[in-house]
Amino acid sequence: MEFVLLIFLPIVAALFIPFLFRKIKGIHTGWFVLIVPVVLFIYYTTFIKTTMDGGHALSELQWIPTLGISFVSYLDGLSILFSLLITGIGALVVLYSIFYLDRNKEKLGNFYVYLLLFMSAMLGVVQSDNVISLYLFWELTSISSFLLIGYWFTRDGSRFGALKSMMVTVFGGLMMLGGFVLLGIMGGTFSIRELIAGSSSFAGHEYFTLALVLILLGAFTKSAQFPFYIWLPDAMEAPTPVSAYLHSATMVKAGLYLVARFTPIFAVSEVWIWLVTGIGLLTLFWGSLFAVKQTDLKAILAFSTVSQLGLIMSLLGAGAITFHVDEALFSFAMFAAIFHLINHATFKGSLFMIAGIVDHETGTRDIRKLGGLMSIMPVSFTVAFIGSMSMAGLPPFNGFLSKEMFLQSMLAIRHFELFNFATWGIVFPVVAWIASVFTFIYSVYFVFKTFTGKRKFETLPLEPHEAPVGMLISPVILAMLVVGIFFIPNVVGKWLVKPAVMAIQPYQYSHPSEVEVHVSAWHGFASVELWMTVGIILIGGLLYLSLSKWQKFYGIQPESLSLNGLYDATMTFSEKGMNRISRLYMTGLIRTYLLYIFAFFSITTIAMLFLQDAFVVDMSSFSKISVYGVINAVILLLAVAFVLLSKTRLGAIISLGAVGYSVALFFVIFKAPDLALTQLVIETVSVALFLLAFQRLPKLSDHGETKSNKLVNGIIALGVGVTVTLVALSSHSQKLVASISQYYKDTVETEAGGGNIVNVILVDYRGFDTLFEIAVLAIAGIGVLGMIKLRLARKESTDENK
Amino acid sequence: MELVVAILIGVLFTAAVYLILSRSLLKIIIGTGLLSHGAHLLLLTMGGLGGLAPPVISEGVTDFADPLPQALILTAIVISFGVTAFMLVMAYRAYAVHKTDDMNQLKGNDEHD
Repeated sequence: MEFVLLIFLPIVAALFIPFLFRKIKGIHTGWFVLIVPVVLFIYYTTFIKTTMDGGHALSELQWIPTLGISFVSYLDGLSILFSLLITGIGALVVLYSIFYLDRNKEKLGNFYVYLLLFMSAMLGVVQSDNVISLYLFWELTSISSFLLIGYWFTRDGSRFGALKSMMVTVFGGLMMLGGFVLLGIMGGTFSIRELIAGSSSFAGHEYFTLALVLILLGAFTKSAQFPFYIWLPDAMEAPTPVSAYLHSATMVKAGLYLVARFTPIFAVSEVWIWLVTGIGLLTLFWGSLFAVKQTDLKAILAFSTVSQLGLIMSLLGAGAITFHVDEALFSFAMFAAIFHLINHATFKGSLFMIAGIVDHETGTRDIRKLGGLMSIMPVSFTVAFIGSMSMAGLPPFNGFLSKEMFLQSMLAIRHFELFNFATWGIVFPVVAWIASVFTFIYSVYFVFKTFTGKRKFETLPLEPHEAPVGMLISPVILAMLVVGIFFIPNVVGKWLVKPAVMAIQPYQYSHPSEVEVHVSAWHGFASVELWMTVGIILIGGLLYLSLSKWQKFYGIQPESLSLNGLYDATMTFSEKGMNRISRLYMTGLIRTYLLYIFAFFSITTIAMLFLQDAFVVDMSSFSKISVYGVINAVILLLAVAFVLLSKTRLGAIISLGAVGYSVALFFVIFKAPDLALTQLVIETVSVALFLLAFQRLPKLSDHGETKSNKLVNGIIALGVGVTVTLVALSSHSQKLVASISQYYKDTVETEAGGGNIVNVILVDYRGFDTLFEIAVLAIAGIGVLGMIKLRLARKESTDENK
Repeated sequence: MELVVAILIGVLFTAAVYLILSRSLLKIIIGTGLLSHGAHLLLLTMGGLGGLAPPVISEGVTDFADPLPQALILTAIVISFGVTAFMLVMAYRAYAVHKTDDMNQLKGNDEHD
C-alpha cells in the first residue's frame, strides 16, 4: 500500500467535517474525527516491527519530478516514533475535546477542520524525505496553529497570540527554506537520505555553516527556544485541547525532530554542538526561572514546556558529540533526548488537560484564586500530582529516569575534549542543576497551590466539582503511562527509543540493538546524579516554602525591557514606519503616479539608447524637405501653442481641432489618403463632441497649481518629448530586421486580389484586428450611453461615503 | 523631412504630457488628444516619409509609401476617438457628481485606501 497517501487522510476527512457538523445534530462531531487518529495510530504501530530491526519503509508520490520535488514518506525509527506521538496524543486530545467543547456553543466545524489540517501537516513534517515538501508541511503546521490559536477570534488576546506565533514561526520557516536550498546546492539533491549519505563531501563547503545556522533558526523558532520562545506563552489563548496537542506534545517538537533528523549532516560542526547544546540549556534555565513567576495555570505550563524543550534540545546537542568521540559515556545523551521526548509528551499532555479541567469546572485559571480543590476533584488531583512529580523528576515516575539520564549526560560533557568543552564543560552540569531546582519549584507550585491549601470558593466564578468521566479518560490514560513507563523503561527503549536513536546516529549504529543503554532507576549511592537529585529536592523544597518572600523580585524587570516588549516595539515600529514610507510616495494623486511613469520611461529609454549605442541618425536616409511640409509644420506648432496658452475652453478646443486638421494635411503630404480622409472625419466629429460636452464642463482653470509643480511638470514633459524624438530618429535610421511591408506589397494582388494595400491589410490580413477595433468602439459607445443615461443608485453610494 | 517631423512629434508629446500632468480634467483630455496625434505621426515616421505615391497598386508605380504604418494608424485613429469620447463623458459625469474637476480633490480620502 502507498502509505504516503495516509498523510493526506486527515485533510480528506476534514472535507466532510463541516457537512457532518451541520447535518448530524445528535452526535458530537468529535466522535467522527476520533476515527482518523485511532485508525492511523493502529496502522503505524504495524511498522514498529520493521524499525525494531533497523529497517525502514518507503513510499513515494511524484509531485514536480522535473525539479526533484516529491512527497516521500520515509518511515524509520524516528519518523515512526513521531507519527505514533502525533496520532496517539491526537486521539486522546480529540476524545478530551469532545467533552471540553460544547456542541451547541462552539464552532466545532472550524475547530476540527483546523485540527485535522494540522494532523496532516505534522505527519508530513516527520515523514517527508524531501526537504521542499518538508518545508511545505512545516509552514502548514504554522498556519493551522495560527488558525487554532485564533479559534476564539473575537478575543483580542487570541488574535494577538495567533499573529505573534505566525510571525515568529514563519520567520523561522523562511530562514529554514534558505538553509534547505543551500543544502540542495551543496549536495545536489533535495532528499534527506541522499544528503546524509553525501554529507562528508560538502562538510567543508563555504555555505555549510550558513545552512546550519538557517536550519537551526527554523528549529529554534518552532521549538520555542530562547529568544524565540515568546510566542508560546501567548499561544495559550488557544482552547486547552489545542495547547495540549500542538503547543506541548507535537508541533513544538517539530524543531526537535528537525535537529535530530539533520544531526548526521551537521554533527561534524563545532557550531552545531555549541549552538544546540548552549541554546537548549539557556532555554531550559530561562523557562524554568520564569515559570515560577506566572500566575496563570496554562502560562506556568507554557514556560515549563519552553524549559523542557530546551532540555531535550541540549540533549540532542550533547548527543552529537558521539560523532567525534565514540565512548559509552556520551552515548546516553541521544537516548535520553528521545526518552524524555516521550515522557514529556505523556506528563505534559496530562497536565494541560488537568489545567483545562480546572478552568472548565471552576471558571478560572488564576492560581491566586485557586486552592483546596483536592477533596472536590480527587481524580484530577491525582493525575496532576503524578504529572507534576514526573516533571519535577521524582520516582516512581518516568520523568525521574530521563532526568537522571539528562544529569548524567551533562556531567559527561566535562570529559569532552574538543572545541573548548574541556574549559567550559563544567558550566553545563551547574546550569542544568540550577534549572532543575526551578523545575522542581514550579512543578510543586503548580499542583499544590491549586489543589491544597485554603479553599477560596467564594472568589471562583463557578461552583467547583469533579469533571465528567469522559473528560478524565484521556488524562488518566496519560498518567497511567507516566507510571507505567517507570517500570518498563527498557521495553519502551527497545521498541521506540533505540530505533529512533539509530536513525539519528547512522554513522555509529547499524542496528538498534547496538545502542547499549540500559535504563535503571538505581545506580547505587556512589552516583553523582542521585546526590544531585537529592540536592534538587532539598533546595527546591526550601525555596518553595519561602516562595512568597522572593517571588516579588520578578517584578523588578520592566515590561518594556523584556523580549515581549522588544517584539511589540518592533511590530509597532515596522507597521507605523512602513505606513509612513508608503505614504511618502503613494500620495493618492494621479499626477504623482504619472510623474513616476513618465520619468521612468524617459530615463530608462534614454539610458538604454546610449548604453546600447542604439542612437543612430542616418541623415542620408531622410527624404528631402518640402515647402508644404514646412508650412504645415509651422501651422501645427502654432496650433499646439494655442492649445497650451488658451485661457478659454472654446479656444483650446478649436486649437485642438486645428492640430488634428494639420495632422490630416501631413497625411496628405506623406501619401496617405486613407488616413487623411479618416482623420478629417474623426477630427470633425471629435470637435463637435467637445463642443457638445464643453458647456457642461467647468471653465478652464489651473486650480492654483504652484509654480514649482508646473516647472516639474514642464521638465518631465520636455524629457518625454526629447525621448520620443530620439526614438523616432533612431527607429527610422536603423532597421534590424526587414519590414514585413514588402510581403504585403508582393502578395496583395496575388493573394488578396486588391489594389489598395492599406485597405486590404485592414480587412483581410489583419481582419481580426479590425473586428476587435469595432468591438472596442461598441464597448466605448455602451459606456458613454450608460454614463449619460443611467443613474446608478447614486443616493446609496453617497450615503455610504458618509 | 524626418528630422522636422521628429521634432514636431517631440513638441506634441511635450505639450501632451504637460497637459496630462495638470489638475484640470478637461486639460487632461485635450492632452490625450495631442498624445494620439503625436503617436500617429511617430508611427508614420518610423516607416519613412519618402514614398512617392499612395500605397495603391497601379500601372508603372513602384515606389509607394509604406502601407503597414498606415494600416496601424488607421486603427489607432478610430480607437483614440473612442477613448476621447469615453473620457469626455466620464469627465462630464465626474463633474456632475462631485461638482469639481480638480484632480487633487477627486483623489478620494483615506477611507477609500
